[in-house]
Amino acid sequence: MSTYAKKKGFGATIWDYLTTVDHKKIAILYLIAGGLFFILGGIEAMLIRIQLMEPNSDFLSAGLYNEILTMHGTTMIFLAAMPLLFAFMNAVVPLQIGARDVAFPFVNALGFWMFFFGGVFLNLSWFLGGAPDAGWTSYASLSLASPTHGIDFYTLGLQISGFGTLMGGINFLVTIINMRAPGMTFMRMPLFTWTTFVASTLILFAFPPLTVGIFFLMFDRLFGANFFDVTMGGNTIIWEHLFWIFGHPEVYILVLPAFGIFSEIFAVFSRKRLFGYSSMVFATVLIGFLGFMVWAHHMFTTGMGPVANAIFAVATMAIAVPTGIKIFNWLFTMWGGSIKVTTPMLWAIAFIPSFVMGGVTGVMQAAAPLDYQLHDSYFIVAHFHYVIVGGVVFALFAGAHYYWPKMFGTMLNETLGKITFVLFFIGFHLTFFIQHFLGLLGMPRRVFTYLPNQGWDTQNFISSIGAFLMAAGVIILLINVIITSVKNEKVGNDPWGDGRTLEWSIPSPPPFYNFKQTPLVRGLDPYWIEKMEGKKEMTPAEPLGDIHMPNPSILPFIISMGLFIAAFGAMYNPLNQIGDAKPWAVPVLIIGLAITFGAMLVRSLKDDHGFHIHKEDLIDDENKGVKA
Amino acid sequence: MKKWRLLSLFTLLTLFLTGCGEPYLSTLNPAGEVAQSQYDLMVLSTAIMVLVIAVVVIIYAIVLLRFRRKKDEENKIPKQVEGSHKLEIIWTTIPIILLLILAVPTVIDTFRLADVEAMEKKDKDGNREALVVNVRANLYWWEFEYPDLKITTAQDLVVPTDEKVFFNLKASDVKHSFWIPAVGGKMDTNTDNENKFYLVFDSKKAKEANNLFYGKCAELCGPSHALMDFKVRAIPREEFDQWVVAMQNAEDRTPQNDLAAKGEQVFTEKGCIGCHAVSPAQSGGVGPNLSDFGDRSRVAGILEHNEENLRAWLENPEEIKPGNKMTNTYDPLTSDELDAIIEYLMGLKVQQ
Repeated sequence: MSTYAKKKGFGATIWDYLTTVDHKKIAILYLIAGGLFFILGGIEAMLIRIQLMEPNSDFLSAGLYNEILTMHGTTMIFLAAMPLLFAFMNAVVPLQIGARDVAFPFVNALGFWMFFFGGVFLNLSWFLGGAPDAGWTSYASLSLASPTHGIDFYTLGLQISGFGTLMGGINFLVTIINMRAPGMTFMRMPLFTWTTFVASTLILFAFPPLTVGIFFLMFDRLFGANFFDVTMGGNTIIWEHLFWIFGHPEVYILVLPAFGIFSEIFAVFSRKRLFGYSSMVFATVLIGFLGFMVWAHHMFTTGMGPVANAIFAVATMAIAVPTGIKIFNWLFTMWGGSIKVTTPMLWAIAFIPSFVMGGVTGVMQAAAPLDYQLHDSYFIVAHFHYVIVGGVVFALFAGAHYYWPKMFGTMLNETLGKITFVLFFIGFHLTFFIQHFLGLLGMPRRVFTYLPNQGWDTQNFISSIGAFLMAAGVIILLINVIITSVKNEKVGNDPWGDGRTLEWSIPSPPPFYNFKQTPLVRGLDPYWIEKMEGKKEMTPAEPLGDIHMPNPSILPFIISMGLFIAAFGAMYNPLNQIGDAKPWAVPVLIIGLAITFGAMLVRSLKDDHGFHIHKEDLIDDENKGVKA
Repeated sequence: MKKWRLLSLFTLLTLFLTGCGEPYLSTLNPAGEVAQSQYDLMVLSTAIMVLVIAVVVIIYAIVLLRFRRKKDEENKIPKQVEGSHKLEIIWTTIPIILLLILAVPTVIDTFRLADVEAMEKKDKDGNREALVVNVRANLYWWEFEYPDLKITTAQDLVVPTDEKVFFNLKASDVKHSFWIPAVGGKMDTNTDNENKFYLVFDSKKAKEANNLFYGKCAELCGPSHALMDFKVRAIPREEFDQWVVAMQNAEDRTPQNDLAAKGEQVFTEKGCIGCHAVSPAQSGGVGPNLSDFGDRSRVAGILEHNEENLRAWLENPEEIKPGNKMTNTYDPLTSDELDAIIEYLMGLKVQQ
């Protein structure tokens, strides 16, 4: 038993998590919060598919359906997919580069709480007059016309959680640039670290346009501005541009880390180093770069004219090239390998055809004139679910099974894992494959119902059946998590047996200081290199010494909570468009901001030097560990 | 496993049975030059993509069949291959070539389909040669104004076949998108600016579709977005010309009987006329122009065109199109008033 990890009571554990600045615990927080939002978004998805199961269904009313579809998209993208990826980035990236934590542990915690409070705020809309109903894209003319506070929950909630994401991105950039262990050069970094690095760069450049756009929308609705009000000289097309300048890179922010997770899995379970590592890195960077050059392909039908359409069409097609490079590199990583089909590997294997399908329909839509037909039809719904579920969600499932032992020290049950896979995989293709055809048969997206006799009935029914299978798969996974946690059978450093990167060279879960001695990295896949030379652990790069650690702090929680409170004040302020000003609004706004800035002031003025773990304690720890 | 096979068989079967969808609605049944070129692009891109998928699937199958870890290979360490420049160059250049094959027609079509120069072409007398329709999208209904012919209709667009019809597209409240899947891709109706494009309605295909194509709003615009349908009556040029003349002459018609005359009175007294024009020359109204209401194919764009549905609509429009702008703008109508108004509206015809 470690001297530092004493058994704690329930209250102490909660306090521990509220104040933690440890990247591994923050990872668990992201996993839990993201998982909860994923389930919420999933329930919304099920409601959508139940409603569309038959024509002229009155299961949901028209207005409620629009709220559900908006919240499904917004929740899944901002509150589920991204935080869940952040969970794995936090859990793994510092370990992969041989660091003891991220560069700014305090900011890391702040980022999580910002995201969490933003997400909670957004979802409170269900209980406070109605959720946003203009789609996750929230196009300006419709979002300005929306009669409830839903859109205000959207702008304020996403603004707060967006700050969190931006902080997370910057933190990973600095961590990866500055905190690598001796010998861990850029071209020796594991692919997951690389994709995190590029995705963080995308966050850095993509989130500011979103922030600006949301600020405009917020000021239009809450403070009487006219950025998007056409009658007052505003322009709604600007919103479309701002949103997609963020929105397209966002797709790569999601899918690049997913690529990273799969790259790790392919190499480990093929027992082979990643084929064409340098071209994989190159392709990742290129995808990230091109991701900023193509946003207007979401706007081919907006009326930008043939020159813009043609340029963006060709630029979009270009992205297929680096993506193709990746697909072939993965295939050839497996080629000649010794493939072990574990649950994570199953997801990875299934990812290739699923993602290729999403990729090729993407190229079809890049052909602008063809996109005039496909845009805003069910074809696009099928396409982006193939990319985001077939790419990102598959990666999240794969990552959950693959990194579970490293995060919690226990293995998820393989049999249940495979059942989850089979149900989800079949359900996924059943749901979305047929939707390509619905689109081609003329069904627009975002419709709350459809009339019979348009040739869409059977397809919609089949699609809904698939959704139930997916739900069943997720339920099995939850059961798996519960069983595994109750059993609590601990595993060793390298439970998959073929770990190649640094995270597998230390205990599962790692001690809170990660590496007692910073490891010396001698090449790509450093742990594999040592293992091949018959060693059990990494060669240290430094003598055993005191380790400097940051103190836990409740301030990140308080800073975020202040903004959460202020948001209510902003929403009901006297200038708001809905006209339901509350007398308490302005005081609440001021109090909330005072809490936030007060806490920031405390953080700035109070010196917090952290603490040291002494050499003797580390040795002590080791001796006790041997005995236990 | 058996269930899975059964399911996939079922899926394939339905796909086969539905085939290319309804001739009046499906993009797979292109009815005109624009839809045809988009369809051709779809076939070309699908062919290229199937080729790519085939290559991936072959490698994929070989990998999964040949390289799985066997029972006696628990300790086998495969050769750690770094990569292969030759292979990597191959799978970089071939996709580039494939994309170029797709990019060329894409760029050509992008410019061709955006070419609306003919719209401004005038003949000797200074009259426009081409037919131009101003489309104005409103919360859950469509207005179609023929500016050169000085007539306006709503919900049912009437066009001649086998010629380019040009459209000016604009929205009056929030953004919508104008889409006739069988005839061509969509174009947004923005609140900020007028978009222009053209479509061609093929006469043969129109016949297959009973001269009635389905149109859709393709941009989320509020609760009844799903119900913002319109119809397109595509008819030969002579028939179209007759319709135009009939519309232009509809100005001075009188109600066909006493009940209709009473209906006209109610229509005025209840204030319906404040939003709904019954003169074909008026455009830009708050509600749809009703000058040829009796000829329409649907009530409110979605219900079968009969008196019963019209009555239901007038009694409670909210139930039929949630969030529409007509609900609660008028006092409830008595049964007699409804009878009269229905008789009057159904009699607003320009065709026999």
